[in-house]
Amino acid sequence: MSPSVATQPENAADNVTGWFANRVADVGDMAVTMVAGIGDVTLFALRTVGWLFARRQRRDVLMPSFYQIGVLSLPVIALTGLFIGMVLAVQSYAQFKALGLQTRLGSVINLSLVRELGPVLAATMLAGRVGSAMAAELGTMRVTEQIDALESMGANPIYYLVVPRFLGCLVLIPTLTIMADFMGVLGGYVYSHAILGIDYHHYWANSRAYIDAFDFLMGIFKSFFFGAAIALVSCHHGFHCDHGAQGVGRAATNAFVHSFVLILILDLFLGIGLNNLQDFIRPDGPRSLL
Amino acid sequence: MNAPVIEAPPQKAMPAGPLLFIDSLSVSFGNQHVLRNVSLDLTSGETLVILGESGCGKTVLLKTMIGLIKPSVGDVRFEDTSLASMTERQLAHLRTRYGFVFQGAALFDSATIADNIAFPLREHTQLDEEKITEIVTELVAEVGLPHTVLSKKPVELSGGMRKRAGLARALALDPHLVLYDEPTTGLDPIMSDVINELILRVHQRPETTNVVVTHDMTTAHKVADRIIMLYPLSRLKENESQIIFTGTPKELDNSTDPRVRQFIEGKAGQRLNELREEQTKNKSVLSATATDQENDHE
Repeated sequence: MSPSVATQPENAADNVTGWFANRVADVGDMAVTMVAGIGDVTLFALRTVGWLFARRQRRDVLMPSFYQIGVLSLPVIALTGLFIGMVLAVQSYAQFKALGLQTRLGSVINLSLVRELGPVLAATMLAGRVGSAMAAELGTMRVTEQIDALESMGANPIYYLVVPRFLGCLVLIPTLTIMADFMGVLGGYVYSHAILGIDYHHYWANSRAYIDAFDFLMGIFKSFFFGAAIALVSCHHGFHCDHGAQGVGRAATNAFVHSFVLILILDLFLGIGLNNLQDFIRPDGPRSLL
Repeated sequence: MNAPVIEAPPQKAMPAGPLLFIDSLSVSFGNQHVLRNVSLDLTSGETLVILGESGCGKTVLLKTMIGLIKPSVGDVRFEDTSLASMTERQLAHLRTRYGFVFQGAALFDSATIADNIAFPLREHTQLDEEKITEIVTELVAEVGLPHTVLSKKPVELSGGMRKRAGLARALALDPHLVLYDEPTTGLDPIMSDVINELILRVHQRPETTNVVVTHDMTTAHKVADRIIMLYPLSRLKENESQIIFTGTPKELDNSTDPRVRQFIEGKAGQRLNELREEQTKNKSVLSATATDQENDHE
């Protein structure tokens, strides 16, 4: 027994060191995987942009993607916008009523909508609807060798499969964001006027006073980045899908999760940058809502 | 069928050497080694059949021939030009001289059969739609499909019809080298024979070379000029060649190599013992793990 007792503390120390070394190795592996992943997506993005200008886009290839992304997303985006506007009215009313500023409700609802909630929630909804569908479709094409078939016929899969989706998201997600903004403004007004009884004239007068073109354009500008991020992340996941139904499912899920995270990160940095730009353009600062 | 006009064709005069030469090719995916030091040449006009059991690397070898999979070591040369040295554009042009028939046909789900077959013609030629329709109709007739399939989507066709449509698409540009990945897998014997006949018919086209990957002995006997047999790397020793047989169908039948004979006769043999050994090993690992866990709890 004695030798084993003598070596026990030494073994315990080895175990702790080994455990610690393994954790460090895990973190290192994770970092390497992350950097490689970012590099991979960047190369994928560069190839996509390259093919965007390398060859004229074919109408018969573009139109199905535009229809899928734009037309089929319209109802869900309109509904999302409408409800965001109404929910904003519901949540803001009590606070503004306590201050006796109910008539300013229009400005806070519409400002939140066009600057932040319209673009971000529309992009989130589209990451779920369009991004996952793109990843699943391309993933299935990868698994059933349709992407290999394209390559074997001397056609470039990026040109045929990614560029139309990228262009569709780049052009149509800002358009859909405008739709979400419009429906949100409408929803907020209908709820504030019809249910909360806020005067029509004051509601719109305050909205006009506190919101300018910059606020609206800021949201649309951000949505271009959100559109590009959704297309690139989702197509990349579809292209690099693992085999089998599980692989396709994982690609669709990861497409949404990674797009969503990227939307939030982009929103933060674009928000900071655009606020600085606004300060530069309008040094006296925005008018206080109160 | 009239040969379609390909823009900027990468055609060259036929060289005296092999059409395709695979030089000491090895392919690995991460830690998984699939092919090791495989060398092979392909003469213009021949039909080569690659035999071997599932997972031995037949499809990987076929895909390296067209550059869909890049070799880890070694080189693939088409008419003495290395595929690895080509730019993306050059490789795309070279691929107009290939036809690839995929195992599951790999037809585009969203397009009709007519659009699938017309795809390479629209991509690489400047033919008008009328001429393309004419070629597509001829190709469909050549593979024995009724013209009514042209307006259908791939999901509306049976497996055999899909494979024939895939063959029609592969033949659209009059390829010099046609690669078939398990063309008869999943088909009934009659439809398998139809596909074999079609491969023979393609073989009769001037200067057309075929490579057929299969584990179907009937197909191998019927279509092959030459057969090679691949063996899974996991069961080979360090210095053994992965190609365990090269020869004519007749030589294959007369082979005395037990590994070749086992495949020809379709007998599990030693593989059953390996399976049992593996199961026993797994069981002992599981029981050892359970004992360790019990000891840990105590």
